[in-house]
Amino acid sequence: MIRATWARTVYELRIFSRDRRSVFFTIVLPIMLLVIFGSIFGQTKLGHGVRFSQYFVAGMLASAILYSSFQQLAIMIPEERSNGTLKRIKGSPLPPAAYFAGKFFATVLVYVVQAAGLFIIGASAYHVQLPHGMGWINFVWISLLGLLASALLGIAFSSLARDGRAASALASPVLLFLQFSSGVYMVFTTLPHWMQHVGALFPLKWLAQSMRGVFLPAVFAQNEVGHSFGYGETALVLTAWVLVGGLWCWRRFAWVPLDQA
Amino acid sequence: MNVVSVQNLTRRYGDVLAVNDLSFTVAAGECVAMLGPNGAGKSTTIEILEGYRHRDGGSVEVLGVDPARATRAWRSRVGIVPQGASDMTDATVRDAISLFAALYPHPRAVDETIDLVGLTAQRDTRLGRLSGGQRRRVDVALGIVGRPELLFLDEPTTGFDPEARHVFWDVIAQLRADGTTIMLTTHYLDEADQLADRVIVVAGGRKVADTTPADLGSRHGNSVRVSWREGETRRDELTTEPTRVVRDLLTRFDGEIPGLEISRMTLEEAYLKLVEEAS
Repeated sequence: MIRATWARTVYELRIFSRDRRSVFFTIVLPIMLLVIFGSIFGQTKLGHGVRFSQYFVAGMLASAILYSSFQQLAIMIPEERSNGTLKRIKGSPLPPAAYFAGKFFATVLVYVVQAAGLFIIGASAYHVQLPHGMGWINFVWISLLGLLASALLGIAFSSLARDGRAASALASPVLLFLQFSSGVYMVFTTLPHWMQHVGALFPLKWLAQSMRGVFLPAVFAQNEVGHSFGYGETALVLTAWVLVGGLWCWRRFAWVPLDQA
Repeated sequence: MNVVSVQNLTRRYGDVLAVNDLSFTVAAGECVAMLGPNGAGKSTTIEILEGYRHRDGGSVEVLGVDPARATRAWRSRVGIVPQGASDMTDATVRDAISLFAALYPHPRAVDETIDLVGLTAQRDTRLGRLSGGQRRRVDVALGIVGRPELLFLDEPTTGFDPEARHVFWDVIAQLRADGTTIMLTTHYLDEADQLADRVIVVAGGRKVADTTPADLGSRHGNSVRVSWREGETRRDELTTEPTRVVRDLLTRFDGEIPGLEISRMTLEEAYLKLVEEAS
């Protein structure tokens, strides 16, 4: 099982690196957005000597979690279902768990590259202060739990589309809506209330909020809903999504093309 | 010993009975071809045997196991060459075959497998850049790399040029010599004739013949086709008494009978007649 998972992880990364479209959308796009927003608002001060870029990099990391796990899996799996990859795996002795674990570990490594890119560009060009001490520990658990919840949601979402092209058309607007309603591009508390309520149902709002906890000084907690970065709530909401997504994948995952089932 | 044993198998899609009370067996070391028109239930049957689809009735045993309850150990003894796969386009031939070879307890060596299907020159080429026939040979390589006891081939040579088909037939002959049991579906009668010990013909989900290719060819009372030309049109007659037909023709034509041809009914003609009668 460990050997098979390792082999799948290496294979997934090799294939990912050969697919220019995936590399662009998951690694280059968040960095590009950081450069665009950093260039426009980078000098804007939020008080207490904190620049907008510091606020924004937390949102971009939360988005990067969704790009590398949710988006990547929600599009790749329907593609692999329609082209026969999943059917072939199902007919082989590969344990299904090794397929999913391989995808997840590849996702984690892609995220590490994304985050490193955001840190390096952010720190060198836009005065972003990197976390320190407990900040790193929070960063790691938020990232891992967020990646797991989003990956499971991506796998569940993959059941809705017949192939990669349809999946791409379905996933992109969902992702865009979540980014706006979760306070990635704008300060969350300035959003209309209904949008805040919708955003609060999904992982991204909590990822963005707790990432702000990692990157912003403690006094900024006053600006959040409930005057807290909400680590506890974040852990609860993400764990709930892990359970919902996991249950869906376990019960409903389809290995054969949807038109053959 | 039977490697495959199917009894009263049924599968319906909505109101349509795709497989209707089908029974047959495949013995160890045998090569059996399943023939039938599109929609006859071939692929549904094969995919039930492979453990991909569930059945509505009947019993199925493959290598002593019900495929609906397939285990990893069972999967490692069964090779599958599915229809119409276009996966792993960004992997090279070597990447793809190594990835799957590692899953089996006693795999064939990767380079040996590549050589066997004749892709040594393409081993560092990505699957997305292979021709249709070469791509199909990768599917075959993936099906045999685990040294299966039983190999399923679902329309393995569709889209092959004649040369590629002969290369493929040699591969199958070699696997048979190693004792692999083979079950294939095909549209090509000459392929069944060349490879199979036995052919099972299905039409409308039912079995209409289960016999040797030679017997299927001679099934219609050793029918012979007598054909000749009358003016501009070609006429023919299917008969068990060719001499009588020729004698009649001699009385109608003066001297030579124009364009006279007498030929034994081919396997293909016998098959078409059988399918036509069944539907």
